[in-house]
Amino acid sequence: MRFRLTDDQRALREGVRELLARCFGREALRAAVRAPGRLDRTLWRTLGEAGFFALRLPEADGGVGLGLPEAVLAFEEAGRALLPGPLVATHLAAGGVPGAARGETVVAAVDGELAEWLDAADVVRGDASGAVPLRSVDPLTPLHRLPGTAAPDPVAGLPAPVAAAPDPVAVLLTAAEQLGTAGRVCELAVQHARAREQFGRPIGAFQAVQHLCADLLVRVETARAAVYAAAVTADPADIAAARLLADEAAVRGARDCLQVHGGMGFTWEADVHLHLKRAWVRERRAGGGTQSEELLAAALAD
Amino acid sequence: MDLSYTPEEEEFRARLREWLAKALPILPARPSPDDWPGRRAYDLGWQRMLYDAGYAGVHWDASPTLRLIFLEETERAGAPYVGANFVGLLHAGPTIAAEGTAEQRARWLPPILRGEQVWCQGFSEPDAGSDLASLRTRARRDGDAYVVTGSKIWTSHAEVADRCELLVRTDPDAPRHRGITWLAMPMDADGITVRPLRTLAGSAEFAEMFLDEVRVPVADRVGEENDGWRVTMVTLSFERGTAFVGEVVACRRVLGELARAARGDGRWDDPALRRRLGRLDAEFRALWRLTQWNVSAAEASGGVPGVGGSVFKLRYSHARQELYDTAAEVLGPGALDLDRPWVLDRLSSLSYTIAAGTSQIQRSIVAERILGLPRGR
Ligand SMILES: Cc1cc2nc3c(=O)[nH]c(=O)nc-3n(C[C@H](O)[C@H](O)[C@H](O)COP(=O)(O)OP(=O)(O)OC[C@H]3O[C@@H](n4cnc5c(N)ncnc54)[C@H](O)[C@@H]3O)c2cc1C
Repeated sequence: MRFRLTDDQRALREGVRELLARCFGREALRAAVRAPGRLDRTLWRTLGEAGFFALRLPEADGGVGLGLPEAVLAFEEAGRALLPGPLVATHLAAGGVPGAARGETVVAAVDGELAEWLDAADVVRGDASGAVPLRSVDPLTPLHRLPGTAAPDPVAGLPAPVAAAPDPVAVLLTAAEQLGTAGRVCELAVQHARAREQFGRPIGAFQAVQHLCADLLVRVETARAAVYAAAVTADPADIAAARLLADEAAVRGARDCLQVHGGMGFTWEADVHLHLKRAWVRERRAGGGTQSEELLAAALAD
Repeated sequence: MDLSYTPEEEEFRARLREWLAKALPILPARPSPDDWPGRRAYDLGWQRMLYDAGYAGVHWDASPTLRLIFLEETERAGAPYVGANFVGLLHAGPTIAAEGTAEQRARWLPPILRGEQVWCQGFSEPDAGSDLASLRTRARRDGDAYVVTGSKIWTSHAEVADRCELLVRTDPDAPRHRGITWLAMPMDADGITVRPLRTLAGSAEFAEMFLDEVRVPVADRVGEENDGWRVTMVTLSFERGTAFVGEVVACRRVLGELARAARGDGRWDDPALRRRLGRLDAEFRALWRLTQWNVSAAEASGGVPGVGGSVFKLRYSHARQELYDTAAEVLGPGALDLDRPWVLDRLSSLSYTIAAGTSQIQRSIVAERILGLPRGR
């Protein structure tokens, strides 16, 4: 058992981080926030050329020929950088939809009652009829609402209709993005706690702040072990577990990071809210955490 | 990232399984929790069986991965816990192996491995808990012995122990971390009074220990005089690093039992309960992976487990409490019946966020030593 990153995996992670710093740095991020709904096609092609979408395609088919663990590392970096666009849908379409692998075709997918990036997409997978745009809480993710199945009647207590089982790989890559957000907000919180002074000392010397930061790290490291292991086993139950841990690490992490930032954390200018809002979007994907909890519970009772 | 085991590791697992299948059926019946001499004999007897089969030293000389496999398989098979051997095998033993002299290793380690001696831990005092370095039990040098006076508290297994890893103050004038010494006190020395304390679970798991002019030979000191704090840090890293592996496996088994019990009596129809169980399953799956991650890191660094154990301990101790709170939900009114399964476990789970460093102390360790935040107070 060598449950750690190999040298190649480390190099891949560094490579993706550098690429994203170059083509989607802070300037680009804030520019994207100012132009909501617009997908940067140049960036998309750059990602395609770098192999982001073709990562798991066999080399014989023009892909990079790597596996799920490598894809997870790349998506973790995408999450860290708040990279916008239908990344998971396009990655999954590589090899199936012409041009997706090279970043020439933007592929979006309908996911239950929601769909991300419908208007910007060249190809939409799933039935998008009746989709209505909504005013997305996340400035970096345009959303449509679909009619979907009728909502369950809470009074009659009818069970929610069970959606078709989501693609486990989509769930795992989403968890990897959440892990990226979780790690990033932990760093941001710690940086701020070291730099900001009140009462004549860095706020990071106050135990209440220290303990918020410690819990941030504990959630990141626990989620990381779960997400990486699920990438190795590709077992649907492991993936369900990974998504629950990663959602928690991202959403609660972003909130605690906001708290550590004080008033600054409540501003549009700080990036914290972008992480929180994106984490909220991602946690709704593929049936949400409920689906994963029920999947694990069912396996337990067997 | 590789979660597979080498052929040698798989072979170790297979042989261990085979041995467990033969060894467990011939174990004597488990003594009652209040029968201390019985518990001592049972725990030592199990250690002796491990010794005869060649597994006694697995906590010390096997690779971290083999240790993981050992703890996983013994728990899976329902083998006894370390019990009264805890301090000897996981605490004092590794500390002596790392810091003791050749003579001390030869004198103390074989009896621990052969299941002949029980050790206990005399660190905490009435006025020195989280702030361990403020301990006041005094040791004065008199010829070839230290003369020790003071009191210790929460000493687990003190009643049946042969030796005690004891922290004493040898230099009251030095800065507090520099005047502490680590001694291995023989429990049959004159001047030791042990008074059992009853835990909230009803049993006497730990005790108060009063020391009145107890003579401890200088030859029983581990490390230099006044260098005991550094030795203690080695001891605590073992306690936080490796102690809980088997328990994660046990918790996952309990979770399955809970789900099947709920299914049996209709509570399973409650989606809130199902989801709570599903989330706990995710939690313990993740804790198992975190264990494997930490073991691989230890394997790569080849050293003593580090502060990373604090991350695990924090998350695990809270998860364990949530597990048994969920058990109470499954039990319904039965949660108030001490004769039902899981009810005593729920009570004992309350100690997990306190013993071996409280959750608050662990968070401060994570914040200052891992995240590098400025020292708080
Ligand atoms: C079941 C069990 C077995 C044990 N076995 C042993 C044993 O065998 N040998 C041994 O030596 N000891 C043993 N202990 C003792 C254990 O290590 C101590 O109980 C523990 O370190 C806490 O010390 P305390 O009880 O004095 O609590 P205190 O230190 O008084 O803490 C009380 C509360 O104050 C908080 N607190 C204290 N300081 C700070 C701070 N700086 N910042 C924030 N919060 C703080 C704590 O988190 C806690 O919530 C055992 C304890 C238990 C429960």
